[in-house]
Amino acid sequence: MAEIEKVEYWRWKESNWKNPDIPDWRGSLITAGIDIGSTSTQAVIMADGIPYAYSNMRTGSNSPDSAINAINWAMKDTGLTLEDITYTIGTGYGRVNVPFSNKTVTEITCHSRGANFIYGPSIRTILDMGGQDCKAIHCDENGAVTSFMMNDKCAAGTGRGMEVIANLLAVRVEDIGKMSFEIDEEPPPVSSTCVIFAKSEATKLMRAGWTKEKVLAAYCHAMALRVVRLLERNGMELDFAITGGIAKNIGVVKRIERLMGVTALEPKWDTQIAGAAGAALIAKDLVERKRAKEAVAAK
Amino acid sequence: MIANYGYEDGSGHYYIKIDTAKCAECSDKPCIKACPEQLYVTELDDFDDEVIIIREDARNTLQTNCANCKADQKMELCRQVCPSDAIGFSW
Repeated sequence: MAEIEKVEYWRWKESNWKNPDIPDWRGSLITAGIDIGSTSTQAVIMADGIPYAYSNMRTGSNSPDSAINAINWAMKDTGLTLEDITYTIGTGYGRVNVPFSNKTVTEITCHSRGANFIYGPSIRTILDMGGQDCKAIHCDENGAVTSFMMNDKCAAGTGRGMEVIANLLAVRVEDIGKMSFEIDEEPPPVSSTCVIFAKSEATKLMRAGWTKEKVLAAYCHAMALRVVRLLERNGMELDFAITGGIAKNIGVVKRIERLMGVTALEPKWDTQIAGAAGAALIAKDLVERKRAKEAVAAK
Repeated sequence: MIANYGYEDGSGHYYIKIDTAKCAECSDKPCIKACPEQLYVTELDDFDDEVIIIREDARNTLQTNCANCKADQKMELCRQVCPSDAIGFSW
């Protein structure tokens, strides 16, 4: 009997990266940021505040293991060991579960600092669309948070919601954005207040003869509407950028831009590493501040 | 920093707004004792200032938690006692 191939449409690509422009980390101040989110975990290692290596993987059921796996994957082929990292900051939903961290910092502060690094100091409004929540953050030119608003009541408008719809329609999650524009005209959105309602609406629309592309457009539209309400409540100030996994989905990004009448900045780095990159930068700042204090005391 | 704790669902927006810059300067933090639902707890923020936050397990149930205070049609008890006008409600 032929076996039925089981495809996990929701499964996004895990990745790691090493900076080819930094041949040797020795002699640099090495700091690390570990962002344990509900869905994904990132480890970013910085050498003197420049990304040296990072990894991006699924969190799974055991957060301390995820933290260790993520940092080990980031350190792979670099010659680094945990002892070489001067300071590590844990952030995200599972930040207290990083066994080797020196300090924990909230993900709001880290995302703000990380977005300031990824998009530049002109960034003022950040929309972080994570696995199970979304946050609207305002920051100043140094990446310090001036206000934030978060919604984690429901999976609508989050990465998890996108995974649910990918599985339902048997479309790979990375293809959703592009496919959602292969339509003649923009359909009305499905329910934007609940991912379960959205799922049953999508099923109904498929039965009514809608194409997958049209259903995806309606879902991306609903997701955009959901987060736009959060942005409107917290206020929009340019420049604007989106971080997190959904920032890679142009179907949602372009619809948010259209609804808000703004253009989001193009990322220079993987948008999912913003929190961990921010944590590594804050770690660097803390070490430098501590060293400066010690130098003054020594005099 | 303006921190908004709460949520939005099909019935509306339920956010409590806390101005942590004002809050950090208040040593008594009378809102903690005033709230009949014990919604407020203190936390050291990322800059080691002691500020109030909404306890995590109540952030998605604020409409219910604050219903009694809201039903009295007076100013909520936490806002009444706050000396620096650091607390606000979105509903």
